[in-house]
Order: sequence, then C-alpha cells, then structure tokens
Amino acid sequence: MAFTQPLVSANDRQRIEANVTGSRVDVAGAAFKGLLMLALAFSLAVIGLLIATVVVDGWDQIGTRLGGFLNGTLRSLSDSDRLGVHQGLYGSLWIGVFVAVLAFPIGISAAIYLEEYAKQTRFNSFLQLIIRNLAGVPSVVYGLLGLYLFVNDGWIKDNITNGRSVISAGLTLAILVLPIVIITAQEAFRSVPSGLKEGAYGVGATQWDMIRTQMLPYAAPGILTGTLLSMSRAIGEAAPLILIGAISGGLTANPGFTDLGALDERFTAMPILITTWTQNSGRDAGFSTAAAAAIVVLLVFVLLLNLVAIILRNRFENRRSS
Amino acid sequence: MSSPVPITIEQLETPGRRHAREIIIKGAAFLAALVSVLISVLIVFSLFREAWTFMSQIEWAKTWGEIGWFPRRGIYDVPTLLVSSLIVTAVAMIVAMPIGLGAAIYLSEYAKPKVRKILKPTLEILAGIPSVVLGFFALTFLAPNVVARIGGDAGGSLMAAGMGVGILSIPLVASISEDAMRSVPRELREASAGLGARKVTTTTRVVLPAAVSGLVAAFIVAVSRAIGETMVVFLAGGATDAAIFNSSPFDGGLTMTAAMASLASGTDSVVGEGLTFQSLYFVGLMLFLITLVLNIIGNSFVARVREKY
Repeated sequence: MAFTQPLVSANDRQRIEANVTGSRVDVAGAAFKGLLMLALAFSLAVIGLLIATVVVDGWDQIGTRLGGFLNGTLRSLSDSDRLGVHQGLYGSLWIGVFVAVLAFPIGISAAIYLEEYAKQTRFNSFLQLIIRNLAGVPSVVYGLLGLYLFVNDGWIKDNITNGRSVISAGLTLAILVLPIVIITAQEAFRSVPSGLKEGAYGVGATQWDMIRTQMLPYAAPGILTGTLLSMSRAIGEAAPLILIGAISGGLTANPGFTDLGALDERFTAMPILITTWTQNSGRDAGFSTAAAAAIVVLLVFVLLLNLVAIILRNRFENRRSS
Repeated sequence: MSSPVPITIEQLETPGRRHAREIIIKGAAFLAALVSVLISVLIVFSLFREAWTFMSQIEWAKTWGEIGWFPRRGIYDVPTLLVSSLIVTAVAMIVAMPIGLGAAIYLSEYAKPKVRKILKPTLEILAGIPSVVLGFFALTFLAPNVVARIGGDAGGSLMAAGMGVGILSIPLVASISEDAMRSVPRELREASAGLGARKVTTTTRVVLPAAVSGLVAAFIVAVSRAIGETMVVFLAGGATDAAIFNSSPFDGGLTMTAAMASLASGTDSVVGEGLTFQSLYFVGLMLFLITLVLNIIGNSFVARVREKY
C-alpha cells in the first residue's frame, strides 16, 4: 500500500526546508572560524616578518660583500671590511660533526635497546622516564654540566678538551641532543610493522639479523628526520655555549675547515656571534647589521635542515599510508 | 643484497658465534641506553655539589628581600630573579596560549587536508628558528615597534622578552594541543553533529572538553619551556650583569636563565666575589627542579590523553 497523501503538507515541508537549509548565517560560527584563522595567520606572519627584517637589516653585509662576510674574522669595529663569520662557521661546523659522530650512534643504539631488547622491568621504565625528562631540561643547565665536566680543572680538561674549546662545545651539545635523538628513533622503530619482524624470525634470523635487515632500513627515514632536526637544534643553540665560555674576540686567525689543530683552542660559533653582535649594537650600530647578516647565514643552514626533515617525513608518511 | 647463507640445524641448536654476537650487541645497546642515566646523574651531582657549597657559605641575611641581584658584589637576592622569570613566563603564555590553541583548533577541526598539509609544516618552521634569532627580533623589532607603542621602552624589557618567548612557544602549544584534539574520536563529533549542533558548538562543547588533558599538558610544558628559555631573555630582557628588584613588565629585569648567561659571559668570565661561580649552580639547580616538576606533571597529562582513547 502506497501513501497517496504526503505525511507533511507541501506548506509545512517548505517551512521545514527553509529552516534547515535556510539562508540564516551562523554569525558565531563564522566569527570563531575567523579568530582561528587569525591565530594561524599571525604565526605565519611572524615567520615572514622575522625573515624579512633580518634580510633587510643585514643586506649591507650579505648583499654587498657576501664573500668577504663569510671569510672575514671577528673585529672590534663593525665597519671594518674584514669583519665576518668565518670563525663562527668553523665552530658551528665542528659542533655539528661532534653531534653526528657521538649523539647519533649512541642515541640510535639506545633506542634499539629500549624498543627491541628491553623487557618490561622497573629499571627500563625508569630509563624511559629519565630520557623523557632529560629532553625537557633547559639548555642552560646542559651548559652548566659542560662547564663542570669539560672546562673545569681535572683529568678531562688536561687530556681531552683543553678547557674552553670546540671539543667541549661539541661534547656538551652532543649530550644535549642525545635524548631527542633517542625519542625520535624510538618512535621510528615503533612504526615498524610486526609482520616484518616475524617474517625475519620465520626464516631463521637472529634478533640482530632482524634489526639490521628489517627494522633499521624500514625506520631509516624516520631516524633521519629526527637526526636532521636535532642537528639543526644543536647548530642554533647558544645558551650552553655561553656557559662554557665561547668568546667573540681575541681568536687566532681563520683556521681552515679541516684544520684539527684549532679544535682545542678558544672558540666561537654562529649563535654566539649573533649574541655578541646584538649586544654590541648599542655601542656600534653597525653590529646590528652584522648580527642580522649572521642570522641570515645561520637561518640558511638551520631552516634547510628543517625543511629537508619535514619534506622527508611527509613523503614517507604518504608512501606508507597509500 | 648478498645471497643468503643457509643455516644448519647445528647452528640453531648450539650457542655458537651467532649467539655470542647477539649477546655482545645487546650489551652494547644497553650501555648506550645507560649513557642517559650517567648524564642525569652527572647533572644532578654537579648542580647539587656546587649549589651546596653556595648555600652553606652564603650569608642568608644579605640574600633575601628586595635588594637585587649583584653577584659580583655578593648580593644574591633570589626573588629578584624569580619575579622576572614569572613576568616573562606570564607574558609569554598570554601570547602563546590563545594563538597556539587557535592555530591548533583550526588545523585539527577546520582545515581541509590539503590546506593542513601545507600549513602545518610552515608552522613547524617557526619551531626550527633558533632562540637567538628570536632574541634579536624581540630586541630590534618588537621592542621599538610594539612594546614602545603600548607604553614601554624601545630598548629591552621584560615585556619584549616575554613576547619573544611567547612567539617561540606557539609551535609547541599548537603541536601538543593539535595532537590532543586529533585523538578525540570521530564518533563524538558525529554524534554532536547528528544532534544538530553547529560546528562551533561541537568544537567548543565537545572536542575541547574531551581534549582537556592534552591542552593542560600543552600549557604546563610551554610554561616549563618559557621558564628555561635563555637567549631571548638574555638579549631582550633589558638587564645585563645585575638587576635591581623589579615587578613591572615594562622595565628591564634579569630572569634566572639570563642571570646565568650574563654571569658566564662577563669579560672576566666567572670571577668576582668568592661564591660567584657557585651561585651559577645554585640558580641552575632552582631552574632544574622547577622545570623537572613541571615536565613530570605535563608528561603525566600527555600520557593520560594517550591512554584514554
């Protein structure tokens, strides 16, 4: 039996339709959405403004004498045509090398232990807790640790670091990024499908065979992303270096980038140059330009590392989800 | 890839070289994990040791009250540093919480996947900008162009530093709160929409309350990060070397972290009256304990979000 008569009269139907789809504007909703977009737009505008400010401020140095600026040395006056960041680049480069050589292998091994070997014991959950908390320790505190361990008198100073040197800085920043490397590597390992692991065991692989041939290759992009981010963190970090005594004057002439002899001498790094030049800009306004130019140089390295890391992560996320 | 080497029954049965190798590798990985414990022990040991020397030798009567922080003259008034740190943190949170949260809500609830895919990495770029750079920006741009217009100084001030730290914290707030909102099950939103709720109602009455522990975590972790931030406050905070007690955000002040940085960056490094060096570790210990407590609370809130859904 079919309804011959509609349940709702045509008149009512029109009224209901008008109520549901009608042209009333959701004012509160639109205002809310507008506020949210404003918040996001503000954040993005800050990035743009910041980059524009430093490029404009630093143009006198990077636009007109980029080569001289990159090869120049520390000077007491900003208008010297030999002013530049070479010594800072040397320090930052070698800090990066220390981080790569020390923090990455130790961090990745620790992550392998925690994800693959560690059983659910109290000690291992304690380890997890320690690592998570270490990641939240302010970077100045790592500077205090570096000052205590590597710079103060003692066996380490006499035999390894020679006090306030690139070696001390590299060791301190390697310690600083270690927890970040461990945490990101752990996350990468956790994303490995258990089918891969079981498959490896099924054909007679030992645990290490499985880790080497299945887990590490699968997690490699994730680990790479994490290591790139922590590398950029280390290169941009200034607070610990101030504590362990990076300086901005009285350094010896430019060492070559492969000159190992300068590793145990007094040092500086890009973030320290920026700090000191910013502070000196009250006395000598030209240092503000120099600081902005040094920021541009630093940002090129740091943002490039970040960009590559983000692109890598997005690419691999897409590939796996499809 | 090399061709696979066949494994014999004997190899599987007897603890041979393969077995020995497993034990060595496991041991090496364990040692690597232990490095973190060693670092923690060293941090705590060095902080406590030097701070203890400081605390046991200092004249406490000279140390408390509204005097100021003049380490080279032996005047260590801790509240001076604490109040400056609190002011900077408060300003930073006023900037970072609404903006970070707003950006997070937009990305999680409103943005189309394609838009999100572009905007989120762009926001992450802000997280990658080193704090020295934000310090420079706060001092040379925010101080003269923003702080000076709302009644402050064109030079460094706690206000300028706080804004800089706030900008620095936006991505942190945004990413933790976005994670929290995205982990709210879809069904809750659908149920709300099914009852005829508008999008704004669904977001504010359903999604936000469901994600509240994540939002609290974002706040706590951001506070901890702001207290520990050094370079922005050091460059834009407006006080070097020493500071008198100050409770106005528009004046310069010395935070705990800036006090450490400026003491260590003095031309003669860390010399002065007898306990100057040890005072660094005393301030460091306070900072370490404050941020440790905040991080533990923040982490437990994050863990709660993850377990719930």
